Amino acid sequence: MSTVEQQLPPEDSTENAIELREVAGLSQGQIVRRRFLRHRGAMVAIVVLAFVVLLAFTSVGVFGWDGWWIWGPNQTNRVIINGGHPTMELPVWLGGDAGVWFHWGLHPFGQDEIGRDVFARVMQGTQTSLIITVTVGLVATITGILVGALAGFMRGRTDNLLMRLTDLVITMPVIVIGAVLGQLAGGNNPVIFGTFLGLITWTTLARLVRGDFLTLREREFVDAARVAGASNSRIMFKHMLPNAIGVIIVNTTLLMSSAILLETALSYLGVGIKAPATSLGLLISDYQEAFSTRPWLFWWPGLFIVVIALTINFIGDGLRDAFDPRQKRIPSERKMARARFAGGQSPTQGTTSMPPQVQGPNVGLGS
Amino acid sequence: MLSFLWRRLLAGLATLFVSTFVMYLLVYASMDPFYDLRQSNAPNKAQLISERIQLLDLNTGVVIRYFKWLGDVLHGDLGVAWVSGQPVSSLLQGAIASTIQLVTAATFLAIIFGVAVGIVSALRQYSSFDYLIIFVSFLLYSLPAFWVAVLLKQWGAIGFNDFLADPVISWVAITVIGLLAGLLWSLAIGGDVRRRATTFALGFAATFGMFAFLQITDWWTTPSINPVLLAILGTATAFAITTLSTGLKNRRALGASLTTVVIGLVLFLPMQVFFKSVEESWLMMLGLAIITIAVGIGVGYAWGGPDRGVSARTAALTAIVVASMIFVNQVMRVWPAYYNAPAISGRPIPTIGNSTPNLGGNFWVQTLDSFTHLLLPTLALLLIGFAAYTRYSRSSMLEVMSQDYIRTARSKGLPERTVIMRHGFRNSLIPLATVVPIDVITLLGGAIITERVFARPGMGTLFLYSLTHAEIDPVMAYLLIVAALAIIANIVADLIYAGLDPRIRVNA
Repeated sequence: MSTVEQQLPPEDSTENAIELREVAGLSQGQIVRRRFLRHRGAMVAIVVLAFVVLLAFTSVGVFGWDGWWIWGPNQTNRVIINGGHPTMELPVWLGGDAGVWFHWGLHPFGQDEIGRDVFARVMQGTQTSLIITVTVGLVATITGILVGALAGFMRGRTDNLLMRLTDLVITMPVIVIGAVLGQLAGGNNPVIFGTFLGLITWTTLARLVRGDFLTLREREFVDAARVAGASNSRIMFKHMLPNAIGVIIVNTTLLMSSAILLETALSYLGVGIKAPATSLGLLISDYQEAFSTRPWLFWWPGLFIVVIALTINFIGDGLRDAFDPRQKRIPSERKMARARFAGGQSPTQGTTSMPPQVQGPNVGLGS
Repeated sequence: MLSFLWRRLLAGLATLFVSTFVMYLLVYASMDPFYDLRQSNAPNKAQLISERIQLLDLNTGVVIRYFKWLGDVLHGDLGVAWVSGQPVSSLLQGAIASTIQLVTAATFLAIIFGVAVGIVSALRQYSSFDYLIIFVSFLLYSLPAFWVAVLLKQWGAIGFNDFLADPVISWVAITVIGLLAGLLWSLAIGGDVRRRATTFALGFAATFGMFAFLQITDWWTTPSINPVLLAILGTATAFAITTLSTGLKNRRALGASLTTVVIGLVLFLPMQVFFKSVEESWLMMLGLAIITIAVGIGVGYAWGGPDRGVSARTAALTAIVVASMIFVNQVMRVWPAYYNAPAISGRPIPTIGNSTPNLGGNFWVQTLDSFTHLLLPTLALLLIGFAAYTRYSRSSMLEVMSQDYIRTARSKGLPERTVIMRHGFRNSLIPLATVVPIDVITLLGGAIITERVFARPGMGTLFLYSLTHAEIDPVMAYLLIVAALAIIANIVADLIYAGLDPRIRVNA
């Protein structure tokens, strides 16, 4: 998708005019999708994240498949090449000395003290951490939606009970209860560990969904559905849930970025994933003693955690902007001045805000 | 109001009861009190196991044990950590002190820097500075705390210690730092090309000048804030605080804050003599801080005028900054002695613990020692807290600045400073006021990871150690405190919110 700047025809000097023209006749979903696809940060993040996921799952393989990488994560190579230093070299145009293209070598990320390939281990760890992140996201979202929707829709005693339950979970600090549960359920199954973490991180989402449902249930379309004879569950999940989807998607993404940090932190503290399974946090914990002699053992897993968390955060940010009805794309002062100069129009025109009729169809979405 | 408090407190107690009960069961299920005996080859293994069952009362059902524990707690007995045999209350005392030490500075600095940067970023929305700050805050927010902490410990400490052993910065590096600082300032302040160029030049000159001064006077080996420096920094502070709080047009406020700077300068030497002649303590420092604020307020009132309250506030703020500079100078004076102490052995930035054993020395040496121990952990906490507060304050400032009352304030001709500081900034702090108490109290539960990496004996370390060593009493005491604090924090946040925003009623 090309940027707005390039689409800017000379006769349209303000960004809002473009916005207006572009959303005319589009459905809510299309507007959101367009806005999201135009968010440069989020697009870059999606590409990078997809690359990381692909790399992690194909290189060392899943479900008994060995993957294309020559070493396994626990396979030791008796011959330690280059003192364990990474054999990867950057090409000339990146300041390295490997010629026109990357030089990978046998162990691009180096080897640890007993000759295991660090690339394979980091990929294995990334896989585990990603599985946990997704599990946490799924479990927390489903629980959060169920609790929030029931509380917001039923109100009264159910609401009271469910919200006290939420308060109860909130009083227990996530890292503490995660540590206790990790001790209990950790070990080497990422899905079980992720499920447990998901069961304590749903609280924010539940509160947000409840808030949305409390306002949504007073809307006319809910009454219309009830008059038409729809059951409670149909009203909740067919009619109301799609209207709360913005909040849910955005918060799920943000939840997942904090989930990977939580998982790695718990594994680092020794109460999460335990050997022989591995995760990025566990790798850092294993290798931190070797920092002065083999710093790359420590750099790579950390780098992958940062990349995953950062990309998920950017995607979440892009989604929030896309779902936010008040979001206006305002170019920088300099771009506005340039556009004004090109169009030869009066300088006050760039500051008009979006007319209300454009905001109309978006009301009720996002918050 | 009172009935609201009562209801919340009662609900809080009920939550506390259920929460501790659930946690007791969970903690019990996650523990293995026989972990050391399982692997042992002792001939009397069976006897040892039965002794331990006796000791920990494991034959009683876990639910009954919870109520026994609860009964003890209600009588003020938090139990015993059975591995070491120490009573939990004495363990907690040291841990809480260490944690408070760690958390205080980090929280304050994170709030001050985060809010300031977030507000500037919001005021310059969609500028390069804004995008830079968004990116940096995202990056910091995505950093795993333990990774940053280990990096600081393994890399930062070694680098900084090496630098202190031979404190010379190359002139090229100083120039680059100056250029970067100039660029950052010009991006932050913005304006047209000429103004940007002026800001850039000023920022560069100030930064370059400062580093050059530090280098030439050999400040790194004998750091101090001498009277000349104090005069410069104090005057700059007075001008900065007055600009922000009342605007330089208010001559009385400026005069009042400059007067406090002069008082600080006059007291510079007498204070050194004073500190030499008395037994210093933190309680005394607190007393001096209160006196300082009182003096500032007094000076503000003495300058009089129709808005003496504003002058008093400005002068008090300036006074406390100048007084802390005198305090910092006092700490810095012992640096050479500290650096050459045998217990330090030339590596003054430690990476573990919260004090150097066998150091000795007076109050100032001890203070300096705890400061050097706090440096890296505080930095680690600061980086992550900074990111969070920047995001909060940016979004809340953006929200506020688009309100109608801001337009009203502008349209009735108020200066931009008043609009931003009085109508915008103050209102943008309301949502923050509900986040901060919860954050502070969560942090009191211990920055578990930071404490673990830097081996500080705080609350988090106590919790993790006891959990992995199957000591249920300290774990439960910790959880009780954390849960109680969390409940209190939520109530406090609600009350603050109601106090700040008259549209919200708590007795509803």
